[in-house]
Amino acid sequence: MVNIQEKISALCPSATFEEGDKLTVTVAEKEWHALAKALKNELGYDMLTSVVGMDWKDSLGAVYYLTSTATWEMLAVKVAVSDREKPMIHTVSDIWGVANFQEREVYDFLGIEFINHPDMRRFFLRNDWVGYPLRKDYDADPEKNPIRLTAEVNEDDTYSLEEDENGNITRVDKKVFGDDDYVVNFGPQHPSTHGVMRLRTAINGEIIKKVDVMSGYIHRGIEKLCEGLTYPQTLFFTDRMDYMSAHQNRHCACMCVEKALGIEVPRRAQVIRVMMDELMRISSHLLSYGCLTMDMGATTAFFYGFREREDVLDIFEKTCGARMSLHYNVIGGVVADLHEDFQKDVKAFIPKMRKALKEYHKLYTGNVIARNRMIGVGELSKADAISYAVTGPSGRASGFACDARKHKPYSIYNELKFNEIVRENGDCYDRYLNRLDEIEESLKILEQLVDNIPEGEICAKVPKIIKLPAGRWYQEVEASRGVFGVYIESDGDKKPFRMHFQSPCFNLVGVMDNCCKGHMIADLITIGAALDYVIPDIDR
Amino acid sequence: MFDFGIVTNWIDALLNSVMPGWLATCVEGVLVMVALLLLYSVLAMFYIFYERKLCGWIQCRLGPMRVGPWGLIQVFADVFKILIKELIALKNTDKFLFALAPYLVIIASMLVFANLPWGNGLQIIDFNIGVFFMIAASSIGVVGILLAGWSSNNKYALIGAMRSGAQMVSYELSIGISIMTMVLMTGTLSVTGIVEAQADGWLIFRGHLPAVVAFIIYLIAANAETNRGPFDMPEAEHELTAGYHTEYSGIHFGFFYLAEYLNLFIVSGIASLMFLGGWMPLHVPGWEGFNAVMDYIPSVVWFLGKAFFVSFLLIWIRWTYPRVRIDQMLALEWKYLMPFGLVNLVIMALCVTLGFHF
Repeated sequence: MVNIQEKISALCPSATFEEGDKLTVTVAEKEWHALAKALKNELGYDMLTSVVGMDWKDSLGAVYYLTSTATWEMLAVKVAVSDREKPMIHTVSDIWGVANFQEREVYDFLGIEFINHPDMRRFFLRNDWVGYPLRKDYDADPEKNPIRLTAEVNEDDTYSLEEDENGNITRVDKKVFGDDDYVVNFGPQHPSTHGVMRLRTAINGEIIKKVDVMSGYIHRGIEKLCEGLTYPQTLFFTDRMDYMSAHQNRHCACMCVEKALGIEVPRRAQVIRVMMDELMRISSHLLSYGCLTMDMGATTAFFYGFREREDVLDIFEKTCGARMSLHYNVIGGVVADLHEDFQKDVKAFIPKMRKALKEYHKLYTGNVIARNRMIGVGELSKADAISYAVTGPSGRASGFACDARKHKPYSIYNELKFNEIVRENGDCYDRYLNRLDEIEESLKILEQLVDNIPEGEICAKVPKIIKLPAGRWYQEVEASRGVFGVYIESDGDKKPFRMHFQSPCFNLVGVMDNCCKGHMIADLITIGAALDYVIPDIDR
Repeated sequence: MFDFGIVTNWIDALLNSVMPGWLATCVEGVLVMVALLLLYSVLAMFYIFYERKLCGWIQCRLGPMRVGPWGLIQVFADVFKILIKELIALKNTDKFLFALAPYLVIIASMLVFANLPWGNGLQIIDFNIGVFFMIAASSIGVVGILLAGWSSNNKYALIGAMRSGAQMVSYELSIGISIMTMVLMTGTLSVTGIVEAQADGWLIFRGHLPAVVAFIIYLIAANAETNRGPFDMPEAEHELTAGYHTEYSGIHFGFFYLAEYLNLFIVSGIASLMFLGGWMPLHVPGWEGFNAVMDYIPSVVWFLGKAFFVSFLLIWIRWTYPRVRIDQMLALEWKYLMPFGLVNLVIMALCVTLGFHF
């Protein structure tokens, strides 16, 4: 830690440091871009995990969470500007690809413009939205933003704020698609966008030239809503982001609060949480298998995936009382004890699932059409995967070992034996195989735990009213689709000052343009299904 | 084996005895038309039910079960629903072509359908160029599909239609070549002639390897020709929502749907005529008793049974394989199927001239 502080001081003498959950560096806006470059190239912080746009009332800014993929150490960099009228920060989208969309989100909700950003458009909200919702002085008066009854026109106009050598900033207007582009619209109502997602695609014959992601059709403003709710109440949103990793998301939010409060979770609760996480992962990967095969036209394989998934949902239903929005984790542990059949059901499920996996491979993996459709399609290099912070099975298919269970072990994962599945080609086939192999690894974890659930409390003692001390915390878990992060900034109240959810799918959809270029329309669907993004996770 | 020609000739003689010749021909034409339309729609309904049940069975489901016993009434409910649905008129479409397209598709499929011999003597007209006519008439369908895609003023529909055009034009070659192989063997272009040539043994057994290869090529190409999976790219519901018929509603959509199912029957029917002996019963040379028993099964049953069996194969393929991509599909045709088919044709020609077949 001290070592890094010294190195950063050498690079940027005016930086100030703050110890906390993660080392936080505060830099002036002017020095940020140069420091970011140095952090990536010299200190090895090659992954931008999260960009949290902030309104500190007296200033606007962002907290950047950086990760070094060699040591898995994290660093927070705080950049603030005091101008509320026209706040501007230099972009880092030229350094980390993921910043492109992340900064557009910040611009959308806080009105911070990013200098040199290639495409400064709103990401979620309509272009005629008045105000910036995450600002603390945002006027939520419904008169200002009535429910619009007109369709939004296709807005091809965008702009960049370009800075020349003398530091003069000029606005340059740009077009997303030119007049010569033949633009085909996929979504928001389309059978294969996996939700209300819109991809505008410029094509040349059947070949894709560019993909423009438009999102926000089901944005619920979860982060804004959280600011008005107490911590236990905010947890209910986590199950509604990536509904296919409801357990992991809620686990993460609970761990973040537990970390802030210093609560020790009982061993029994830890084991239960991990088992539920792994069951959730299996169910998610089964859905992913089903959807990928169906999107490629093999409707039958879809039913095979869903057949086994039903068993997992039955297990959930018995213990949690629900099949989709489970709400099982609470701060300090879990809400209810296991159903008496749980162990029996899991023990019956493990061999059944293993048998089914063989069947999946027989049915689909070896199929010559399936292989031709997936091998070499949508390739993503390791460097791009890190730059775009693509994690989860998709990132690991590109050779990027990024399993948070291995590299940043939380809960009891460091005691468990399982393999991290990494493949090198980064195409759809590897992503597909990674998912099936991860089901096997999850089964191994379940096997180790199912007979070793200790007796004891299922929930630690927590205060009736949960108030977090002032500070900021960041917690990550390995959700079904990648690393899910929760950021909490508290000012000592019982409600969070700012809560941010770093969803893996947001990053996944960011590489659609990269992956699809030069492939065909049919591949767009395959790539989307193989990346396996879930729309509610993007539109938080 | 009962010859249906006796019945038809009797009706013909009866009509001619009570009215002038031209009127008799007209009445016969109307009777045939009504019979064909009825058969067409009944078969389409049967096929919809057949595919649903088969697909349910393949996918560990039951298929339709709610309406009527085993869901038998479901198809009627669906047909009724499609009949009463509104034909939505769209802005900025070419109204005339838009309305014309479904009729072209269904006319093409009906023309071929009318040409199938259903049983011994149960054929409307026996051309001496029947095979040629069938291939020619089936090609009209692609015009309808192209028009549907073009006139819809929808990008999905247009892409679907372009794919369909490329696909059908390509795969027609393979169909033609594989059928030609059989024509070469029997030496006639008359459909009935080909069937009658198979009285002692079906062509797929008599023609050695070349006939089997031609049969396989025909099955693959027929799947593509009917726009069914794994070659359902023109519709590609996961990419282009519904391809060329995205904008159609009501009975216009119904026509496309009907034609799709009937085309399944037609290609299966042609396969059974060309390779599996059509309405000819299974005869094994030398087994007199067996052959006599087989002759007792009506020829219509033989024809339908074989057609349904080939349809079963096609449905099985559809619900097992994922969809191929457009470039892979064209590569399959032009790089593999067509060259193989041509070589196969040459081998067959050699077999026929040297007398290598049974």
